[in-house]
Amino acid sequence: MTDYSSIDTLLEMFIFETSTLLEQLEQTILDCEQTKDYGLGVVNEIFRIMHTIKGSSTMMEFHNISTLAHVTEDLFSFIRERQLQLADDSAVSELMLGSIDFMKVEMLKIKNGDPADGDASFLIEQFRALLAEMKQLHGTADAASGTPIRAPERQPLIESKESGISLESGHCRYMAVLRYDEGCEMENLRAYQAVMNLQSELQSIAHVPEDLLEDEKAVAEIRREGLRLSFQTDKTYDQIYQLLHQISYVRSIVLEKQPDTGVLSVGEFTSELVKEQHKLDSPVIPLREATPRAQEETKRGASSQQSNFISVHIAKLDELMDLVGELVIAEAMVTQNPDLQGLGLELEQFQKASRHLRKITTEMQDMVMSIRMIPLSGTFQRMHRIVRDMGKKLGKDVRLQLVGEDTEVDKNIIDHIADPMMHMVRNAIDHGLESGEERIRRGKPAYGTLTLEASHAGGEVLIRIRDDGRGLDKEKLLQRARQNDLLVKNESEMTDKEIYSLIFLPGFSTKDQITEFSGRGVGMDVVTKNIESVGGVVTVDSALHEGTVITIRIPLTMAIIDGMNVRVGESRYTLPTTAIKESFRPAAGDIITDPDGGEMIMVRGQCYSIERLHRRFEVQTDVTGLTQGILIMVEQNDRQICIFADELIGQQQVVVKALPPYIHNLTSIEGVSGCTLLGDGSISLILDVQGLLNGK
Amino acid sequence: MASQIQQDDIEIEDTQTGKFLTFQLEEEFYGIEIRFVTEIIGIQKITEVPEMPEYLRGIINLRGKIIPVMDVRLRFKKSFREYTDRTCVIVVDIKEISIGLIVDSVSEVLFIPEEEMIPPPEFHKSTSKFIKAIGKVGQDVKLILDCEKLLHEQEVEDLGEIVRS
Repeated sequence: MTDYSSIDTLLEMFIFETSTLLEQLEQTILDCEQTKDYGLGVVNEIFRIMHTIKGSSTMMEFHNISTLAHVTEDLFSFIRERQLQLADDSAVSELMLGSIDFMKVEMLKIKNGDPADGDASFLIEQFRALLAEMKQLHGTADAASGTPIRAPERQPLIESKESGISLESGHCRYMAVLRYDEGCEMENLRAYQAVMNLQSELQSIAHVPEDLLEDEKAVAEIRREGLRLSFQTDKTYDQIYQLLHQISYVRSIVLEKQPDTGVLSVGEFTSELVKEQHKLDSPVIPLREATPRAQEETKRGASSQQSNFISVHIAKLDELMDLVGELVIAEAMVTQNPDLQGLGLELEQFQKASRHLRKITTEMQDMVMSIRMIPLSGTFQRMHRIVRDMGKKLGKDVRLQLVGEDTEVDKNIIDHIADPMMHMVRNAIDHGLESGEERIRRGKPAYGTLTLEASHAGGEVLIRIRDDGRGLDKEKLLQRARQNDLLVKNESEMTDKEIYSLIFLPGFSTKDQITEFSGRGVGMDVVTKNIESVGGVVTVDSALHEGTVITIRIPLTMAIIDGMNVRVGESRYTLPTTAIKESFRPAAGDIITDPDGGEMIMVRGQCYSIERLHRRFEVQTDVTGLTQGILIMVEQNDRQICIFADELIGQQQVVVKALPPYIHNLTSIEGVSGCTLLGDGSISLILDVQGLLNGK
Repeated sequence: MASQIQQDDIEIEDTQTGKFLTFQLEEEFYGIEIRFVTEIIGIQKITEVPEMPEYLRGIINLRGKIIPVMDVRLRFKKSFREYTDRTCVIVVDIKEISIGLIVDSVSEVLFIPEEEMIPPPEFHKSTSKFIKAIGKVGQDVKLILDCEKLLHEQEVEDLGEIVRS
């Protein structure tokens, strides 16, 4: 996790904003490509996004990004101005996706603190060439010459008011009110920067609020009233408008020419201007005044942008969760305080009050947990791009279906499953789906369907990646496994499931030739590793010529687990309940000791080895006889072991905390995955079943 | 305004430099730079962590934050002494690592000027790697600890042990 205090807040905001915009843009372009329609609304949106990115990256001095955004903006500004219907949109899409990728890489560099030094000149050249080509095609053409133009008349860029604005130049005084995008933050700084930039172009600028930097009320005032400017210039109305328009995050501009009295103070004009602006039914949105459809889109776009979300740094949430955890412990310390027992009184009122407190803290805990949950849709949406790219490259027509994308999972887990999912989607398209001709021959629709499905099941999330391709060929799998000497079992004894699971073995690939996307035999085993690292399980099922389903089961959260607390001497340990199969007190007759002193127990005809926690962790305890304590059978990946402890304390949900980094760096402790605080404030170590199974 | 803040910072820095929290281990007095010290607490219930060097006694719950605790006696290869109500845990924060140091007792905060500090003698092998300097206070001497070495020296040591065994 990045240390949030070390990154400049402004920079962090820039990264967050730009990344969000890029995601949005990518989605838009993919949608367009699908519908083959770059409508006016879309063009406007792309233009707006590019404009914002250009502005903010210039501000942050990432010039390669801003130059690229600039040429993109130029291109779309031309398209928008001429109302062009894009004839060959695939070239544009390709180019746009290319530049989105470029910017994403740069953002990653910035995030990691590396210099954003990528060279965009190749892309820029392409954009320029495309623009030049378009200009040649459409540049001189007017509305009547038969070029594919959607609306014959050019839309006015500016909501001119009927106050008789003359467009001729001259030394005139202008008044302007700039309103910033809602939620763009730090309006006063942005305004200050804008004024600074304008100073080189315009003369005698005055602005309200006057004190942008020191006055704390400035932000609120700008939000409420907008930034009011008064200046003198010999530029034309259009030129000024363009100038103002280049300021990033500006939502609306009201520009008005004033009779050059030269003495009008800023205060006077603003009240007047603001009044006038209120007369307009809606705030002026100069960029998007187009067809009703576009307008509708504007509304939708606007509502999604300024919806009731705030972005919070994950570290703050972690802190909040720690605090709530402490609160729960503190509450237990108060309500179960030993002093209360000493009183020997009927504490009816107290009990009532503490029950109430408990209810609130529990609700709070749930709420904090739910804050960390984010829907899978982001991860799912990203697959669109992969499906598109691969489909194009491999010449396969693939349709992606998303089901249950609003299923919510802990943020940490989402970060861990994005890559594995990508891998599996690639695999499904490359290996799973047949080519178009083959599909038709088999009587299937020519296009392949890939379904991503997410749903809740108990404390777990199920994610299914389903394709309707050729399925897994058991014979082929076995053959390949034989070749690579990967079989550990007798072939005839293997179940279908076991055969299918062969694909998860390292170095296993059924594809004969290696492609750009997959087939190197690395991948599926990495996928399983990644998913296991968050406590998930991957299974595969398939039917020949019908398709393959890969199911991922992952816990909802890694931050809280259901745990069984056990005691060994003075120490407490917590076992994840999901791993526990059963617990029992052994009968002396079932215990077998081998010559090396290894202990085993017979349970229903099966033999399991015993791991004594007090020996393993060298803990002092009085309970050393196996028949005095308790055995807990745990299982992971079809391997079982019986753990010996003094007694079970009870089951509870525990908040998983990592061991202090100092200890972690010293040695990695096999068998302990973390620790947690129990109700009485003591610490319990969380046992890692996998580590215990691996033995010492 | 900004310069004012900087001024303040320097002053805070100033009030901390040259000040040492002194504590006792057996007969010797040790000093630790006050800027590392977060707080001093009484001995708490320690949860043992397996497979740790002996001087790392385990972890404690410091108001929801879990930090490791190190017995400085054992770290210096002195004999273990049962903890009493005089035993203190000095919580230090060194390069973003919080750790509790178990000491016999905490004495006082002392100001030792730069000119009263002398480097430790070279030949002394057993403890000198943790001692950064020796501070003179009147007739007494305080051994000033090198906190970073205290925390991080063990990698080399452990390697040595592995080689030996």
